[in-house]
Amino acid sequence: MLELQHISYNVEQDGENKGILHDVDLTINERFVAITGPNGGGKSTLAKVIAGILTPTRGRILFNGEDITGLTITERARKGISFAFQQPVRFKGLTVKDLITLASGKNIGVPEACNYLSEVGLCAKDYIDREVDASLSGGELKRIEIATIMARGTALSVFDEPEAGIDLWSFSNLIQVFEQLHKKINGSILIISHQERILNIADRIIVLSGGKVINDGSREDVLPTLLGGAPGVCSALTEKVR
Amino acid sequence: MDAIQKSLLEQVAGLHEVPEGAYNIRANGQKAGRNTTANIDIVTKTDKDGIDIIIKPGTKNESVHIPVVLSMSGLHDMVYNDFFIGEGSDVTIIAGCGIHNCGVQNSEHSGIHTFYVGKNARVRYVEKHYGEGDGSGENIMNPTTVVEMEEGSYMEMETTQIKGVDSTVRTTKAKLGPNATLIIKEKVMTHGKQLAKSDFTVDLDGEGCHTNVISRSVAREQSKQIFLARINGNAACYGHSECDAIIMDEGVVSAIPEVTANCLDAQLVHEAAIGKIAGEQLTKLMTLGLTEKEAEEQIVNGFLK
Repeated sequence: MLELQHISYNVEQDGENKGILHDVDLTINERFVAITGPNGGGKSTLAKVIAGILTPTRGRILFNGEDITGLTITERARKGISFAFQQPVRFKGLTVKDLITLASGKNIGVPEACNYLSEVGLCAKDYIDREVDASLSGGELKRIEIATIMARGTALSVFDEPEAGIDLWSFSNLIQVFEQLHKKINGSILIISHQERILNIADRIIVLSGGKVINDGSREDVLPTLLGGAPGVCSALTEKVR
Repeated sequence: MDAIQKSLLEQVAGLHEVPEGAYNIRANGQKAGRNTTANIDIVTKTDKDGIDIIIKPGTKNESVHIPVVLSMSGLHDMVYNDFFIGEGSDVTIIAGCGIHNCGVQNSEHSGIHTFYVGKNARVRYVEKHYGEGDGSGENIMNPTTVVEMEEGSYMEMETTQIKGVDSTVRTTKAKLGPNATLIIKEKVMTHGKQLAKSDFTVDLDGEGCHTNVISRSVAREQSKQIFLARINGNAACYGHSECDAIIMDEGVVSAIPEVTANCLDAQLVHEAAIGKIAGEQLTKLMTLGLTEKEAEEQIVNGFLK
């Protein structure tokens, strides 16, 4: 479904050309794929390259066999790619219902909008008319972000660290949301995560470090190697943590 | 009234037919309709152009509509409307001005509205300004609102100007008695070469009184806006003003706060934020399948809603 062919992404930093992604080559057809790896390894960049927010320096992206490398964010969204932000965006004036309606692409009624909210564990009547602004907590925003992705129901949904910025209390509920999502969503899920419990429900785990794929395989094969100490992580640090 | 006037009426007052309750419709400088009720009287002034709206003490859940429409080019309309809101009453007043100018001369409407809000009375005042017409003449509106609030009274003022007004200077002056509350919500969108200036002065005179002046605005193309909020805390009171503006194209917005605490127990706060639409907001809506232009529209509409 999704093919990344020799994707590289470079940025100019202090006059130097710095590589964030190096020749990433992946074909993704599984229902639930997790990308993990150390901070700064290029995970979020890769997600943004897929959504069209960043343009790769080199390489091609194919979606259902079609070359989408040159397509805009909007065009990719319309072809069936959804992207959940690591830090959901706030809007003054737009309500939760507005956002879910825009996401679904049609004029949905309150009951349907409520349905998506209850899927992510929010009591719909308390939220439906609230503005998606600073009055919502980080955890609430994350859930609403996930609800918009469910409302879209596209062939591919990319989640960039859904657990980031969520307290432990809310996190355990969030895991349940993803377990449900796995069952209910009709398309494939590509999720960037550090969380063992999320990796635990993945069909396939890809480890990205230093902008390269350093491990890739089924959960059964990859997960044990991660729990023993992530490859590419400084050994002195690993010792300290132990 | 003709079709143009009826359409203006719908824009500024949401009216299709004559409204329920008390009303006074002014079209091209003339009285075009009036209705009074047992509790609300409307009387034409004898010394100058305008009306007195007299609301009996204790009047509850009634409304007054006083729309003004101008469809003749080159008309300069000036009215004085005085509102006497009786003690303990609870009413909604809907004013509005619509101008259709298809000529080359400027059309202008200036209204001076003075509110005397009685003890413990509650008023919701809604005012919409709208202009249209393909002539080269400008649509000009310069409303002045004067508010005097007695002890324990409450007033909420919602003013909206979304389209077609070339030049406006809105002046609001208020004096608050003990425990009175004044909430002002202003929404402005300007485009083309329009100019909109809002000038608020609120004197917090009575102990325990409170004001909140909130402006949300969008300046597009080459338009300019100036927001002036002057709050004087003359007693133990609370005052807050907030200007939140989106600038687009070559739009310019100035926010000029002036908070003066003349009393040690006055608490005054001013906030202002001016900037273009955040790039990540556009990106988020684009990932939902909207084009950049559609995303911009949604953000602006939501912001001014």
